Amino acid sequence: MCGIVGLFLKDKSLEPKLGEMLTDMLVTMTDRGPDSAGIAIYGNGSDEGAKITVQSDNADQDFASIGDELGHAIGANVKAERNDTHAVLSMPADKIAHAREILSEIRPNVRVMSAGSSLEIYKEVGLPKDVAARFHVEKMSGTHGIGHTRMATESAVTTMGAHPFNTGSDQCLVHNGSLSNHNSLRRKLRRNGILIQTENDTEVGAAYLTWKMQNGATLGEALESSLDDLDGFFTFVVGTKDGFGVVRDPIACKPAVMAETDQYVAFGSEYRALVNLPGIETARVWEPEPATVYFWSHSDDPTKIEKAA
Amino acid sequence: MQTIDLEANGLRALNEQLHAQAADTNQTAWEIVNARGSHAIAVGLDAPIEVTVKGSTGYYCGGMNKQATINVHGSAGPGVGENMMSGTIVVDGDASQYAGATGHGGLLVIKGNASSRCGISMKGIDIVVHGNIGHMSAFMAQSGNLVVLGDAGDALGDSCYEARLFVRGKVKSLGADCEEKEMRPEHIEILKDLLERAGADAKPEEFTRYGSARNLYNFDVDNASAY
Repeated sequence: MCGIVGLFLKDKSLEPKLGEMLTDMLVTMTDRGPDSAGIAIYGNGSDEGAKITVQSDNADQDFASIGDELGHAIGANVKAERNDTHAVLSMPADKIAHAREILSEIRPNVRVMSAGSSLEIYKEVGLPKDVAARFHVEKMSGTHGIGHTRMATESAVTTMGAHPFNTGSDQCLVHNGSLSNHNSLRRKLRRNGILIQTENDTEVGAAYLTWKMQNGATLGEALESSLDDLDGFFTFVVGTKDGFGVVRDPIACKPAVMAETDQYVAFGSEYRALVNLPGIETARVWEPEPATVYFWSHSDDPTKIEKAA
Repeated sequence: MQTIDLEANGLRALNEQLHAQAADTNQTAWEIVNARGSHAIAVGLDAPIEVTVKGSTGYYCGGMNKQATINVHGSAGPGVGENMMSGTIVVDGDASQYAGATGHGGLLVIKGNASSRCGISMKGIDIVVHGNIGHMSAFMAQSGNLVVLGDAGDALGDSCYEARLFVRGKVKSLGADCEEKEMRPEHIEILKDLLERAGADAKPEEFTRYGSARNLYNFDVDNASAY
């Protein structure tokens, strides 16, 4: 199964409550996915320009002086803010690639969850309410966010198997369904030099989008071609810096409900996830069509990523 | 009128109460509040009672219904009226996937749109959708009537048997072995009755009938690609 929730705020006055609203939606989807949970939150941009969210199973030791050590190695000021098993490392945007290289040397056991200017990804194994509580998601503010509750079918229940997956700078993917050609596609993508760390099917979906975009496709185009190249069932929700997108496979047996008001656009695997949103009684509620790419964006002047959709 | 707060009482207590109603019960009118998209509301009923659900429902509302009339004042999630045997279900809003799937009898009315696989494997149920229906509707439909006032999506009636499919609007594509059929006087009569019972403002003459071309009933090697 798996549950997906997403919330894109149009009304700025709701931004301080984004984490609280998303947490409520996420916990409602617990019986669709009690194994693990994750959240991608698009908050305020980092003062330093960009940030990497990292995770460690041995956070006390790994995060003790991570900011200073990393800053020293890349020759820039790095601010580290720990949040339970995760930490957000803020730094100048042009240092991100170098910092990732250095991190793999000085902290080989630390995993990168996300990189970008406003995206932070938090995910762990456990009940959604416990995962949300350990990261204090309900206190987070932001412009939009995506959450996922996982019931594993294709690979082990681990932190790295939880969603969302980071696909590119400020981009992430969550998935409900199962991909059946992930083994052959993983081999093909690895031959093309794409890093895939687990046996998880969704990570292959995320890597596929990354690969397509590295080869010049926009996110919209990459999603369109996923309809041809990915075999299996999927409802995907993708996050971008300015908004989020939704695409379902042509069979569309994985559920999806959307709601829109003047204040927000919301996504839920089921209507239950949406019932506490303000004004839901009078919202426009509908099911996204199969094999159709949808996007909502805060940007009045959409980037070429969104324009293609 | 008995009013049950689903949030306060819980689903099991609600359904137990509804199941406890005998054929001659005096408590014939029930109202369920705080539905909030919950699953399996009013499933397995078997008494001539009228249940009104305030708000939208989740999976399988009214599944396996016998005799009861269920009104949903909202939209319905996947599988509304699945395998219903008799009685009536009326959804004011939209219905999600596989509405009325495998239904043996009774009347299911969707006042909005129904999404994919509406009436899949229907076995005698009558379904009237005031709006549109999604792809693969009436797949393997065996008997009963599916009436659509709007349009139908891809692959309507794929591999269907003897169900009658009536569509007023456009059909995006027909599924394997489904074809347009002649509208005879008896079909106009069936349709007139169903439209009236479903409160639908449409003329039977505006509809086109579709059904099985019966080419897949017996195996013929020339049809292998259509299976």
